[in-house]
Amino acid sequence: MSNPIYARVRQNPKFHDLVRRRSRLALTLSAIVLVSYYAFMMVVAFAPQVLRAPLGEDSALSVGFPIGAAIIVVSWLLTGVYSHFANGVFEELNDQITRESQP
Amino acid sequence: MSRAGERTVSGRLMAVLAGGLVALAAGSALAAGGDLGAVDKQPVNVSAIAMFLAFVVMTLGITYWAASRTKSTADFYTAGGGISGFQNGLAIAGDYMSAATLLGLSSLVFAKGYDGFVYTISFFVGWPIILFLLAERLRNLGHFTFADIASYRLDQNKIRSFAAIGSLTVVCFYLIVQMVGAGQLIKLLFGLDYNVAVVVVGVLMVVYVTFGGMIATTWVQIIKAVLLLGGGAMLAFLALSRFGFSLEAIAKSAVASHKDGIKIMGPGTLLADPVSAVSLSLGLLFGTAALPHIMMRFFTVPNAKEARKSVFVASGFIGFFFLLVCILGMAAITIVGTDPQFFEGGKVGGKLIGGGNMPVMHLAKALGGDLFLGFLSAVAFATILAVVSGLALAGASAIAHDLYARVIRKGQATEREEMRVSKIASLVLGVLAVVLGIAFEKQNVAFLVGLTFGIAASVNFPVLILSMYWKGLTTRGALAGGLAGLVSAVTMVVLSNAVWVVVLNNPAPIFPYEHPALFSMTLAFLVTIVVSKLDRSAGAQAERGAYDDQFVRSQTGIGAAVASNH
Repeated sequence: MSNPIYARVRQNPKFHDLVRRRSRLALTLSAIVLVSYYAFMMVVAFAPQVLRAPLGEDSALSVGFPIGAAIIVVSWLLTGVYSHFANGVFEELNDQITRESQP
Repeated sequence: MSRAGERTVSGRLMAVLAGGLVALAAGSALAAGGDLGAVDKQPVNVSAIAMFLAFVVMTLGITYWAASRTKSTADFYTAGGGISGFQNGLAIAGDYMSAATLLGLSSLVFAKGYDGFVYTISFFVGWPIILFLLAERLRNLGHFTFADIASYRLDQNKIRSFAAIGSLTVVCFYLIVQMVGAGQLIKLLFGLDYNVAVVVVGVLMVVYVTFGGMIATTWVQIIKAVLLLGGGAMLAFLALSRFGFSLEAIAKSAVASHKDGIKIMGPGTLLADPVSAVSLSLGLLFGTAALPHIMMRFFTVPNAKEARKSVFVASGFIGFFFLLVCILGMAAITIVGTDPQFFEGGKVGGKLIGGGNMPVMHLAKALGGDLFLGFLSAVAFATILAVVSGLALAGASAIAHDLYARVIRKGQATEREEMRVSKIASLVLGVLAVVLGIAFEKQNVAFLVGLTFGIAASVNFPVLILSMYWKGLTTRGALAGGLAGLVSAVTMVVLSNAVWVVVLNNPAPIFPYEHPALFSMTLAFLVTIVVSKLDRSAGAQAERGAYDDQFVRSQTGIGAAVASNH
């Protein structure tokens, strides 16, 4: 029942290369986001005083604010990193694989 | 709201998600019946209604245009796959930036300071994960609905029915929440009758969806997103200008004005319980990813490339908006929190006029006068309208595409027949939404939000992710796991504070946490995996065998649905 095009793709070493590289990128970036978020949540739950520390000597803002904002901004930048590679080099590789799979 | 504030994390979450809009009812009733009588009663807000009418006229114009381009089922369900990544990104952001996030999150920051900010972050981090793990596979495997993906290599009848019913359950619960919220909010902001408001929302929703399908729904969502972002940015600009554009000045002033003083600058009691915090974040993270109206958005773009771009754009706008919301909440602590005109009876520190969700609305009035308040009210109304339209469309596609065309007619239905059923389905959903919205007026529907996200995360999500990532998944495993997730999520919500105590008036909850995701989702995954592993049937062998082809398609997009050209 296997589609011959799909079978051809599977025989193409470029396909395995694409899957390996793109998955590695996706998993690494996911890990960065999840680990930093859950680490943050654990600090919130178990060591809140860390985040309460004032930013400067006389400031009302605590260090928690830039850290929180950084989680949002960095997570967003990482979506940019993924899109950059997945829509750039990986997409080219994908197009090659698609072309080579045509009979 | 204030009572909910002292309760658990998840109680708070639900309040936020429901926009705590429900709680507004009590606030406005009190306001209307207070000593000041007619003075306190919300007058019919003419400028707000005028601006809302302008929005309605514009969106109806778009619906008229969209109707002429909605000829096929592909046009109807997914705008023919012709939405660009940027447009879709705005629409996704619109789907996610509901009235609930604007009002609920800003009021959380207003009431709790830093704890509110932590919530905001929790609402955000799901998006990058959706991009990394789901977006391209969703686009490459899906056609019209989430059930397309779940049933790709599994039993068409069983899994498709199951996925469609899962989607419909989520859609119906979420519709009730939105309708009740809409009624309360509009009653309060516009001075319109609750029933009138619910009917207006229902009628407009049906008109957008039946005539304009996904094209109209997308554009309504885009316009609303732009209005909300613009309004929020303007309000934040005005707020910052009061403090010489210094965040430090806002913070100093907030600390001086808030009853908790410097404590608002760090985590407080709201998230002290790690189990609740994790359960909450899992529900948000994976519940969001498995909401049918959100998943459906990934089928509206021409290819995986545009799907990725749309998440990048969406998460940028969502993150920006959430940071704005925090600034608004912080600024409101000083500007709203010390101004007697926003408190009942002019007692600063007492009960906010209109209830706990109103800080951002009061802030708009304080900084931009009645006209700006009217504008923001109109945007809030438009927001609800856009979200319910997306929900109705997702529900209609589950009924018409999955249940009718695939399961009942086995794919033999003509395009015309399917279109007709989908329009009837949207109409029925609209009527149902209005009837339930009115029936639930006096109910506390916050638990429905817990149920919605609980079911999405425990029923839809495990099937979705395992069907894409795990070769071993079989039909039996998916059904057993989905059922386990459904039963456990519902049971836990019923036994939790939101239902057991608040609705059923028992003294103490049996299930101590209000968000079931940590437990019900884990259970769903375990049951799915164990049953799949034990499944030795011939069908299961074929299903495992079909994974390899599915994998190639999910990675490369070869054979994926392509944009219809017009």
